[in-house]
Amino acid sequence: MLRTLLHAALVYVLATAAHAQDADAPGSTIPKLTADHAKFDSLKGPFSTGSDVTKACLSCHTEAGKQMMQSIHWTYETVNPVTGQTLGKKNVLNSFCGNLATNEPRCTSCHAGYGWDTTGSFDFTNETNIDCLACHDTTGEYVKWPTEAGHPLYEPRNQAGRMSPYSKALIVEEPDGTLTHLPPDLARVAANVGRPTNANCGNCHFYGGGGDNVKHGDLSSALLGASPHVDVHMSPEGAGMVCVDCHVGNSHQWPGSRYHGTITDTSHQRPGMRNTDILACNSCHTATPHKALSVMGNKLNDHTDRVACQTCHIPEYAKGGVATKTWWDWSTAGKLKDGKPYVEKDAAGRDTYLTIKGDFEWGEDVVPTYEFWDGIVEYTMVGDRIDPSGVVGVNRIGGSADQPGSVIFPFKRMRGRQAYDAVNEYLIQNNVYGPEGDSALWSNYSWEKALKAGMADSDIPYSGEFGFTETEMWWPTTHMVAPANEALKCGQCHAKDGRLADLAGFYLPGRDGFALTDRIGLWLLALALAGVALHAGLRIASRRRDKGEG
Amino acid sequence: MADLQYVKIFTRFERFWHWMQALLVLALLFTGARLHGLIGGMHWGQAFQLHLIAAGLIIILWIFAIFWHFTTGAWQHYIPTLRNLVPVIRYYAYGIFRGEPHPAKPTIRRKHNPLQRISYLFLKLVINPAIWITGILYLTVALTGFDLQTVAWLHVVAAYAMAIFVVIHVYMATTGDTPTAYVKAMTTGYEWVSVEDNAGP
Repeated sequence: MLRTLLHAALVYVLATAAHAQDADAPGSTIPKLTADHAKFDSLKGPFSTGSDVTKACLSCHTEAGKQMMQSIHWTYETVNPVTGQTLGKKNVLNSFCGNLATNEPRCTSCHAGYGWDTTGSFDFTNETNIDCLACHDTTGEYVKWPTEAGHPLYEPRNQAGRMSPYSKALIVEEPDGTLTHLPPDLARVAANVGRPTNANCGNCHFYGGGGDNVKHGDLSSALLGASPHVDVHMSPEGAGMVCVDCHVGNSHQWPGSRYHGTITDTSHQRPGMRNTDILACNSCHTATPHKALSVMGNKLNDHTDRVACQTCHIPEYAKGGVATKTWWDWSTAGKLKDGKPYVEKDAAGRDTYLTIKGDFEWGEDVVPTYEFWDGIVEYTMVGDRIDPSGVVGVNRIGGSADQPGSVIFPFKRMRGRQAYDAVNEYLIQNNVYGPEGDSALWSNYSWEKALKAGMADSDIPYSGEFGFTETEMWWPTTHMVAPANEALKCGQCHAKDGRLADLAGFYLPGRDGFALTDRIGLWLLALALAGVALHAGLRIASRRRDKGEG
Repeated sequence: MADLQYVKIFTRFERFWHWMQALLVLALLFTGARLHGLIGGMHWGQAFQLHLIAAGLIIILWIFAIFWHFTTGAWQHYIPTLRNLVPVIRYYAYGIFRGEPHPAKPTIRRKHNPLQRISYLFLKLVINPAIWITGILYLTVALTGFDLQTVAWLHVVAAYAMAIFVVIHVYMATTGDTPTAYVKAMTTGYEWVSVEDNAGP
């Protein structure tokens, strides 16, 4: 225990020194606050829970709680204004761990609140359940524990491996090689709150789907201290920007959504100012960002009506050495070796098989899949009829070549196999997480029980018969923008075997010829050449003959 | 038969116009073939830039040439005529192999034979305008809203016509008294022509 305390003291000193640099760094985009929170008596603590800190925050920030309760970070629910679908993590299925329902203490570890153990019991109207620190901690020590329904550790926890992204400073290696994770000092964290940094957002958004970059492909820990190659905006040697420089918040609401994408910012643009309710590349870069007075720049500007900026400027995702999951086959989960669950890894040390999760494939520096997109995404919800003989879209993207306003956009196309109700033919919920009881897949490796338990929390009936169908899910790629000199070159699309070789429905110079016209044209050209060759041959022959006769 | 004299029939501007046009048309044909995916050998973006620069230059050149043709009256050399057309065609199809003399030697007032007149008039009134009008439409589809594929098709058809013209024209340039005689004339400006021209245009 003494060791632990000494370590914590050392950490405190080091972390305070490190923290002091952030807002003072030259070129920092983190504005200094007008208040030193360490000077507030209400924040002196001690605090025994996160909610205690929240109460202190709300004593000054009187409207923050009401604002937060409107946020998707809190509701986990949103209605798509175009499709009318009620989406949000509370409702949708995905290609990864599948669904939030019945897996709450695990999934809700990223909820901006405390104690969402079951959806039925959680009080969404109690603002003291809000977690302020996940987003506003600047010490890097406040990390929500992955299985505590949004709470951080309040007691030291010992386990074999490091919980990523838990602050290294709070981890003590024990003599037996195990790692003790110390709880954060909530009073210290509360005294050091500030504007969200990339690490705050990243603690959840980088680790979606159960690990670093598993889910998005373009959001990973590689964005912390990234090189300009990995992300020209967020790199300290690039623009040094933070997430909320683009996702400008207003009243705890942020623009930027996968559920309803913004292709183009059509709001009134004011020089040097950002609107807070809408976000697209052109919000800062304008719709004509290339040099207008050059042949090339002018032509590139000409592309922006049908080609998203991201298409050329994010040539690959999953950069910076952090792979993303590209294939997740749930159907093979549950196999045991000698009665025990097991793990298989590839040469890079990545899991390729887990008894609890099935087979995986990974990708690094992945070339996106390109599709026309109008920003609309439709989800296949539990109970929506599917055709299990084909590839089922967990979500589907709108847009096409002949629809004005649709642009060619890069995507991570996540693929895999997922469970469905074999009688009713729809995707179903799966109870993967649950240390207690005997239903969860990860504890008992029984599909029958896990799916039954998963569907028990749904209004949709479940036949009890299940199968596995191939699925795909579309994830728009919009981060990891490369420096301009790494942008795609013309010939990478304007070619027969280029990146857009499979994108149908429009004429692409350099990729598409005119089969008949080209054949006729080339034949006529060949005939002309043959004709003049014949004529020349006859002239030469006749001249020789004349000379011979003469 | 009138006397032949070695006189200047192609002015400095005419020669400059011809050879610049030759250079630019070849550049446009090769970069165009690259852009269309028929040949390799250059980055697509480089080909695009060269194609556009050459296109801009040739349009400027043509504007000057049109001005020149009207101010000097040189446009009259392209008035089509049927007179002597059949003998000229017969000459290229037959007589040339028999060593017969050319039936329509150039004169100062008639620099081009009837077949040339028709060919060049077709080039100037059909192929050239087709190329640059469709080229400008191609470049501005985003503004005009015309169908890209249709505009591209028209441009490609015009380009094949130009390519075929170039092949035949280059070959015909070797059919003078010596294979290089016509090329020499277009370079130096001087050619053996009939000074007495009783026929008149």
